[in-house]
Amino acid sequence: MKSFKGRVICKGNYEGECVVSRQGLNTLATFQKSALMNKKKVIGSDQNNKDVYGKNLTGVALILPQTIGSTTGGLVIQTICQMGINPSALLFSEEIDSLAASGVILAKNWENSKIIAIDKLGPEILKEIKTGDKIKVTEDGTVTVLE
Amino acid sequence: MKLTQEEQDILNGKEGETKAKIMQTVVEFGELFGASELVPVTNCGHLVTSFGIGLLKPVYRIMDEIINAGLKTPYPFTVDPRPIDYENVKCNVLDKLIFSKIMYSKQKHYEEQLSKIGLKNKNAFTCTCYLNEVGNTPKFGDVLSWAESSAVVFANSVLGARCNRNSGMLDIFGALIGKVPKFGLLTDEGRKANWVIEVKTSHLPEAQILGSAIGMKVMEDVPYVVGLDKFLGEELTDDVVSYLKDFGAATASNGAVGLYHIENLTPEAKKFGKKIINKNYKTYVIDDAELERVYKSYPVMWKDKNAKPTLCFIGCPHLSLSQLHAWTNKIEENLKTSGKKKVCVRTVMTSAPDVKEKFMASDDYKKLKKFGVNLSSICPLMYTNNPIAGSKPIITNSNKLRTYSKARYYKDDDIVKIICGVER
Repeated sequence: MKSFKGRVICKGNYEGECVVSRQGLNTLATFQKSALMNKKKVIGSDQNNKDVYGKNLTGVALILPQTIGSTTGGLVIQTICQMGINPSALLFSEEIDSLAASGVILAKNWENSKIIAIDKLGPEILKEIKTGDKIKVTEDGTVTVLE
Repeated sequence: MKLTQEEQDILNGKEGETKAKIMQTVVEFGELFGASELVPVTNCGHLVTSFGIGLLKPVYRIMDEIINAGLKTPYPFTVDPRPIDYENVKCNVLDKLIFSKIMYSKQKHYEEQLSKIGLKNKNAFTCTCYLNEVGNTPKFGDVLSWAESSAVVFANSVLGARCNRNSGMLDIFGALIGKVPKFGLLTDEGRKANWVIEVKTSHLPEAQILGSAIGMKVMEDVPYVVGLDKFLGEELTDDVVSYLKDFGAATASNGAVGLYHIENLTPEAKKFGKKIINKNYKTYVIDDAELERVYKSYPVMWKDKNAKPTLCFIGCPHLSLSQLHAWTNKIEENLKTSGKKKVCVRTVMTSAPDVKEKFMASDDYKKLKKFGVNLSSICPLMYTNNPIAGSKPIITNSNKLRTYSKARYYKDDDIVKIICGVER
């Protein structure tokens, strides 16, 4: 089974489906619509990112290079964690960016969120794993593709 | 990260639980990026969170904690634009109901909270706090705790200040404790370019498309742009500063750029020249065809793609004084061409309250009013975020607004023709 090892930012275990964004994920554009409308689930709303547009992002593992866009990004992550509609795991192929980092730290320290965050998983993860694949994430920062 | 005794004491709770938790968050954030130490913030703050959206419960709760702990920022701070301006951006009853009672139900409460912890004044609401009229203008080398992607990239690139792309909440945390972690764009190494952008266009590129193209290509890296000084010159005049403001906003919203250098123009490019480019840099060539490819790649999100626009926003980020004058002249010329007296699409131009006040004392303001254009200090992005506005055919010349809403993007010369009813 193919596996990837990264740096643990917020540890946790997860087994289930993933959504893969091969381009930088614009946090505000992706999450704002569902959050603003107080939805029970986030449906990706960034029209410029075909990988996530229209897809359920709540409770899944979201694999991405980094986040981009507005500096509300961290606050948006904190808010969706407080609302309980966040992805279960954020898995970054690159080093986490400052906005996503703020978001997961704010969520952990101020919302007692259990969101998992792992970065530096390497660019191959974006090529090897596709949306809908089942993966397993473990506390030591290993991401394994399940057959 | 190495902390001073004073910082360690704060972390240990000597100055209260809330300040300790704030320090803990700032330190953890810095440690993730290998920050060596915390460094003092040397100028006023700027916050991205200006909107009292009811759902942002964490913000109001943390603000209450800060107020109850008696914490205030050492410097006054500015904040992004307000989301509502019923006087200048008219709304119908249903719009008003959604804005005031549902979306921005916490606006008044939130502004009261901001005042208690150090908000500069009632005019402090703009994304262009760095303009001279507003006065939150950092000096070269200042260390900042700012958020608002377009303001951060401007402060770093055009003013030579030092600020990372902080998130909302981290902006106020750094401003409150007066310290930020030293990493990334706060270090000499982090300010070096790893991309060279060769601009080979036949004319000055549309700022917002050039910025968008670069942002999408380099993501969060630092680009060094060559060939743009040919069109912009080597001085930071008002018009050049306005161009760079719009260019930077697009690099930051369509990508994650926090700093760019323009050869022979921006302060660090002037000071260090090509020495500021890292070895093993990547190259991106931008010509007319590449800009057209990027422009054509923007999706049109209107249900009816041929709908007649009902509203136009110009000024995201907020317009500078020179841009307000330039747009007035542009509209005047195009109305002459079309033979009309007023714009035929409801048009709102936005600028900082202090800029707006200055412009309102000019003859151009009287003209703009006569042309039927409204002037506001609203945040167009916050306005277009509501579900009703989202279904309307809105047009804009802002790549940032296009990115975060269903507004359709047009180039400056096209949008002025549309609003003035000139055949294209």
